[in-house]
Amino acid sequence: MSDKAAIDHKTWFTPFNAISGTIIIIGIVISILRFTVGLGAVTHLSDDNPWGLWIGFDLLVGVALAAGGYVTSAAVYLFGMKKFHSAVRPAVLTGFLGYSLVVFALTYDVGRPWRLPYPFIMQQGTTSLLFEVAGCVALYLTVLFLEFVPAPLEWLGFKKVRELAVKLTLPLTVLGVVLSTLHQSSLGALYLIAPSKLHPLWYSTYLPVFFFVSSIIAGLSMVIYESALSHHYFADKMDAAHLQESEGVTLGFGKAASLILAGYFTIKVMGIAGGDHWHLLGTPYGLWFLVEMIGFVALPSFLYAVGVRNKDVTLIKWTAAWTVLGIVINRLNVSLIAFNWHLPSARRYFPHWMEIATSVFIVTIGIVLFRFIVTRMPVFYEHPEYKD
Amino acid sequence: METIYYTYQDFYTHTKGILYLLMIVSLFGIAGFWNFLTGKDDDNKENE
Amino acid sequence: MSISRRRFLGWVGAAGMGSVVGKSALAAGNKHFDGYHESLGVLHDISLCVGCRSCEAACCKVNELPVPDKPFTDKHVLDEERRTTAEAYTVVNKYGVTGKIGPSFRKIQCNHCAEPACASACFVKAFKKTKTGAVTYDASVCVGCRYCMIACPFEIPAYEYNESFTPRVMKCTMCHPRITKGQLPGCVEGCPMEALTLGKREDLLKIARERIRKYPGKYIDHIYGETEMGGTNWLYLSNVPFSDIGMREDLGVTPAPELTSGALSVVPLVAGLWPVFLMGIYAISKRKEIVFKEELDEAAHSRTKEDI
Repeated sequence: MSDKAAIDHKTWFTPFNAISGTIIIIGIVISILRFTVGLGAVTHLSDDNPWGLWIGFDLLVGVALAAGGYVTSAAVYLFGMKKFHSAVRPAVLTGFLGYSLVVFALTYDVGRPWRLPYPFIMQQGTTSLLFEVAGCVALYLTVLFLEFVPAPLEWLGFKKVRELAVKLTLPLTVLGVVLSTLHQSSLGALYLIAPSKLHPLWYSTYLPVFFFVSSIIAGLSMVIYESALSHHYFADKMDAAHLQESEGVTLGFGKAASLILAGYFTIKVMGIAGGDHWHLLGTPYGLWFLVEMIGFVALPSFLYAVGVRNKDVTLIKWTAAWTVLGIVINRLNVSLIAFNWHLPSARRYFPHWMEIATSVFIVTIGIVLFRFIVTRMPVFYEHPEYKD
Repeated sequence: METIYYTYQDFYTHTKGILYLLMIVSLFGIAGFWNFLTGKDDDNKENE
Repeated sequence: MSISRRRFLGWVGAAGMGSVVGKSALAAGNKHFDGYHESLGVLHDISLCVGCRSCEAACCKVNELPVPDKPFTDKHVLDEERRTTAEAYTVVNKYGVTGKIGPSFRKIQCNHCAEPACASACFVKAFKKTKTGAVTYDASVCVGCRYCMIACPFEIPAYEYNESFTPRVMKCTMCHPRITKGQLPGCVEGCPMEALTLGKREDLLKIARERIRKYPGKYIDHIYGETEMGGTNWLYLSNVPFSDIGMREDLGVTPAPELTSGALSVVPLVAGLWPVFLMGIYAISKRKEIVFKEELDEAAHSRTKEDI
């Protein structure tokens, strides 16, 4: 009896639990402050900088990095790349968790979160890009839920409902791609209304296309990166098919990411040419733009290509992490760093530590939920009773 | 329905509202039409 | 353009069924919207402003805004460049202009755009361009996403960040409740220098042009707000370059809703054609699979034949 208790205690108090527990406790305290005292108490948001880290990171980065769901399911179910099938469930799960957390984070950011359904039920501001984003995100969250629901249903043993959900795979995949195309691009289009505030190197009428194309890159890279992490931590949960296909997924997705990064680089250059902003490349902002373009677009495209040619899985995995970082930088550039560039430094924004802590808190919740689900439900393996 | 629009903003709100409704209708419509189109395909049963 | 407009108005005049035709004509390309006729605006003659802050005091009073710690008579407040806040719908700033003796003063408040960026950006239609000319805000539907603040090129809307349950976007309403009752906006009434004039926008433009003509060399030959961002109902006349008094001259003449209309117009196309395209790809990949399977079967079949 006492031995058992000791073992329980030992398994419960792991470094993972200790760190995530601390972050979650801090997060809860900040949440209480946010929802009782107000946004002013925990953020550095101002009248000049109405959107801070919670939009720049939690919304823009969150949605981009959750793109793996639609990218993978489209590859497998629409483009017929059946050899990537084992990558679908982890990607859809990440997508579903990612979008859930985006919506969760939005309740922190908007002034009156209980009114989030108002654009649909009260008055429709149809000319707003945000209306389009809100509608698509709400619908896509539902789609991701339905796409993922077979896993918990298999876990719980609800066969009939599961059959129904599986039948919907094709229409759901199509709808998922349509909705993702729309809202991934619209997140970029949000900034089209502010040409006077966003630095011309980042402002372009192509912004929606840039956001959409880079979301595919983000999705592919996240699938590779996550698969690398999952192999490290959850290898024991994976079945033979998953382990066997995994290298093929890494190589295939790496190839796709390399090609799309090259296309992305091309259209970004065309954006500069279209706006005739060549002369700005010599300015400090221009140098930072070149860092993004060469360091985080051209370089990973090349490294992915080298990795694919040499079948160097390790290089591809590191490149995936680097590319993900590049997407984070791009989204923060558009939303924070190059936004309000015309204002004097005293009126610029830098996040409050509690804003950063809240973002860390939300990411932590995602990791904890992911861990909870993959250790219980058939994500990395096919349920023996439901082999297709 | 016979409203006169004085601002582009109001006109645009109106047309976009109709377009959003059409988008929803079209998504269902295309799905339905796909079923009609492929309903008699030989390979339909074995592969679905 | 003017002909088609007149024709359109003629159709509307014909009433009833005529308007159906009028509408389809209106929808057929080259749409042009002039905004509400007879809408009101305010002309701010910057050359007359002495920076007394009476407008700020009057605004604070009629809008029942919190009274600031430093009184409105305190001129030291002007040493620092300010912007509108949730507590102040309007502020006056002081600018030193090279080549001119003495400072210049400019009043800032909502410019009441003809095609407001805030209204275009709002996903609950909380902002509305009214026929009086004022752009009003309805806090009862506002979610607090603050996209209006991102969108506003003049950096006007402010937010009640320290309000925990009922935060609102705060901005000048052109004293909408007062002007509908026939009263003057607070600031216009409070100005002792007659630097602010309320009137129909069309008349104000005439007045401004008349002043430029009457005093050659005094004014910059431009009415700020006539074309900026597609035109605003608040107009400015200045004796010093607008860029010297913190007014952006690089905003362009495109009305805000048109900045996003291109991207938005693609949305229905994606919704309509993307499923067709994707199902096509699905059909192709499925077809390939079937052919592949058939070939495989055939190969297996011929091999068994050979074996026999």
